Amino acid sequence: MIVALSIFLITIGSIAFHFWSPWWWTEVASNWGNMDDTIILTFWITGVVFVAICFFVAYCVWKFSYNKNRRAEYKPEDKKLESRLTWATAIGVAALLAPGLVVWNQYVTVPENAYKVEVFAYQWGWKYRLPGKDGVLGKTDIKYINDDNPFGLILEDPNGKDDLLVDAQELHVLKDRPVKFELRTIDVLHNFYVPQFRGKMDMVPGIVTYYWLTPTRVGDFEVLCAEYCGSGHYAMRGRVIVDEEGDYKKWEAKQITFEKMLAKNQKNDNLQLVKKDK
Amino acid sequence: MSDEYEHKLEAKSDYVGDASSVSTPDIDAVPAAELPDQELYHSHSWWTTYVFSQDAKYIGIQYALTAVGTGLLGLVLSWLMRIQLAFPGLGWLDPASYYQFVTMHGMIMVVYLLTALFLGGFGNLLIPLMCGARDMAFPYVNMLSYWAFVVAVLVLLASFFVPGGPTGAGWTLYPPQAITAGTPGSDMGIILMLISLILFVAGFTMGGLNYIITVLQLRARGMTLMRLPLTIWGIFTATVLAMFAFPALLVGCLMMTLDSLLGTSFFMPAMVSLGETLTHEGGSPILFQHLFWFFGHPEVYIVALPAFGIVSDLLSVHSRKTIFGYRMMVWAIVGIGALSFFVWAHHMYVSGMNPWFGFFFATTTLIIAVPTAIKVYNWILTLWRGNIQLSLPMLFSLGFIVTFLNGGLTGLFLGNVTVDVPLSDTYFVVAHFHMVMGIAPLLVIFGAIYHWYPLITGRMMNETLGKIHFWITFIGSYAIYFPMHYQGFVGVPRRYFEIYDSPYIDTSTLLLNKFITIAVLIVGAAQLLFLYNLIVSARLGKKSEKNPWKANSLEWQTPQMPPEHGNWGKELPKVYRWPYDFSVPGAKEDYIPQNQPPSEIIGAKVEKT
Repeated sequence: MIVALSIFLITIGSIAFHFWSPWWWTEVASNWGNMDDTIILTFWITGVVFVAICFFVAYCVWKFSYNKNRRAEYKPEDKKLESRLTWATAIGVAALLAPGLVVWNQYVTVPENAYKVEVFAYQWGWKYRLPGKDGVLGKTDIKYINDDNPFGLILEDPNGKDDLLVDAQELHVLKDRPVKFELRTIDVLHNFYVPQFRGKMDMVPGIVTYYWLTPTRVGDFEVLCAEYCGSGHYAMRGRVIVDEEGDYKKWEAKQITFEKMLAKNQKNDNLQLVKKDK
Repeated sequence: MSDEYEHKLEAKSDYVGDASSVSTPDIDAVPAAELPDQELYHSHSWWTTYVFSQDAKYIGIQYALTAVGTGLLGLVLSWLMRIQLAFPGLGWLDPASYYQFVTMHGMIMVVYLLTALFLGGFGNLLIPLMCGARDMAFPYVNMLSYWAFVVAVLVLLASFFVPGGPTGAGWTLYPPQAITAGTPGSDMGIILMLISLILFVAGFTMGGLNYIITVLQLRARGMTLMRLPLTIWGIFTATVLAMFAFPALLVGCLMMTLDSLLGTSFFMPAMVSLGETLTHEGGSPILFQHLFWFFGHPEVYIVALPAFGIVSDLLSVHSRKTIFGYRMMVWAIVGIGALSFFVWAHHMYVSGMNPWFGFFFATTTLIIAVPTAIKVYNWILTLWRGNIQLSLPMLFSLGFIVTFLNGGLTGLFLGNVTVDVPLSDTYFVVAHFHMVMGIAPLLVIFGAIYHWYPLITGRMMNETLGKIHFWITFIGSYAIYFPMHYQGFVGVPRRYFEIYDSPYIDTSTLLLNKFITIAVLIVGAAQLLFLYNLIVSARLGKKSEKNPWKANSLEWQTPQMPPEHGNWGKELPKVYRWPYDFSVPGAKEDYIPQNQPPSEIIGAKVEKT
């Protein structure tokens, strides 16, 4: 009796917890609200199965508890029942899978007009690079990384000259404009994760990975690294700020192009040389 | 089998010596023995009996005790981690030791506790007894297997004492961070971990060959494959999986060792570390992930299948009812085993592998839910119209059903590629795999220990202590992991030494952390109660009668209990039926042991098996 009741109460408690506990996802800030929808769908289907099976177990334990004078039913198989259950499960599973695959297809298909932003990860922090006026990100190679060229841009590539370099933990993106994050790391695995955006993808040294989204709500969001990257993993935080057009333009204007940065470094170097000569 | 071969066998059966078969009635006929009786090694000294034992029963107990001892370390590490998460202000740990403890906890629990306990422990104890054999096929190799495991554990423990400490790379050991500065223990610690795993795989291969060959070759007369207890089916299939899966881990470990020691670049692309470009070039970190998960996913089933098998037997015995749908259960075990090799990359949806793989692996992953669901249905249909004894093994089995159901269903979230994106690398994942491959198999292990304890010691474990242990463990671990899923929904990432008060996390989430930690401490402490019961009952427990649960399978039918060296006395058992003939109409008792000849149960309306 106690056992049956406990299983019953655990089930009821789980449902109550689900609906009334304060812990739920943060309000979505990107177009990936449909990921939330697939989760809700999954909750309903699996929730019904969970409750049904738990109640069934509780009922059995209560109803068929041991009695010396009674014998259990002798029925090794029931082909019909087994095949019915198999098909019902298969249908349930298909109902979960199909919408999942549809949304995944959207997730991996980047719209052509998406604005490309490079997210640059290192142990342990973030930098960003915008494509500049020409809309193309210049090519990079890890061996060119040095103090003067922190992003390792290839000098010969003309597309890189007007790239805007954001050597800070903070990125601004424009509301309602699709953005493709091109994810790059110079050391170990990282993952560019903003809980409110829902999207996620590991950054792998040697290749550029990506995902895309459209920010849908103005706000200031925390960036977390979601792939373990060593002792400083937990402290690898940044910020993404979703702006309306005006604020975004103001921020963009403050960023420095690669060409200007090179010139500035050159100037500094020359100054130092001059100082040395004196 | 050709006719010619059968003739030969008949001719052979003369020298195998089966005088009794002449006088037995036709209905009791069993196939002739195919092999002569096994010659056994007989120990002569205390050392060869208890330490370098070649008797599978002893080796099983040795395996189990070593695994549990290592597991206790894993438990203590989890306490320390949880205290850090809930009370970061205490400052007991620094980030490096936190990550080292996370790593060692994970690896110990998955490989050195669960795998070793299910296959090395229960496999050794139960395979010969349940198949009706005198011992494993190769007792000496079996002994070597155990001692290789011991050396593997010692190497693992040694890594706590080397400069830099054990590896803190996470149990998945992903390169490049596993072997580059920035991760604790990236010099000596990781190398010892890799060597320990290599030793474990070598030792396990020796044991695994034994399990497979024993099941295939040394079954008693009449013990067809479809009369094997599901426990054996689970352990057998898991061992086959392990034989295919562990080599992937082995090569992964070898390649990473080479990358680290010799500077090769299997997994190492050009990268910067500590501000300097390393000499590595051209390697692929994702290749390691493929190798790791090609092992890692079957590994989940290497732990789960023995648990599935054992719990099926516990449910059947303790509800005095035939397991429902035995044949479906067998095919589900085999099917899950086969499918488990086609789903590994569902751990890698957001790893940066080609995103188009997501379609394939999401589909295969959800397909595997079907045979798994069939197993759950058949367990609960075994309870239906049963005669359910709420003994300790039954309580733990019921706990398993609820826990496994919960953990299995959350697997449908993570396996479905889109749903996985927001949830991966959060506490949802942590909660899911602890529920499904931590707590659920552990509940089966506890049930199994309470069930087979009398077979090992001849005594029963204390029922009251056992019940306290059950309720704290079952309710407590549900209280730990159920709410933890919701932390994952909030977006709390895993492997964070400290969460801080991030803007998107409200204080109640941190409060929940404290609640979980307190539950962890209580549940952990309850395991000490279990250990006390385990140790003290060996001396002071109530003496058990023979076959105390009135089970049908062969391990309870040995001439002596606990079984002696060679298990079966003079003559090997003959098997006439499967182990699930409970509550057969017309039979005198509510159980018919596998070795009870049909001539003794005339009148029982038993279906032929």
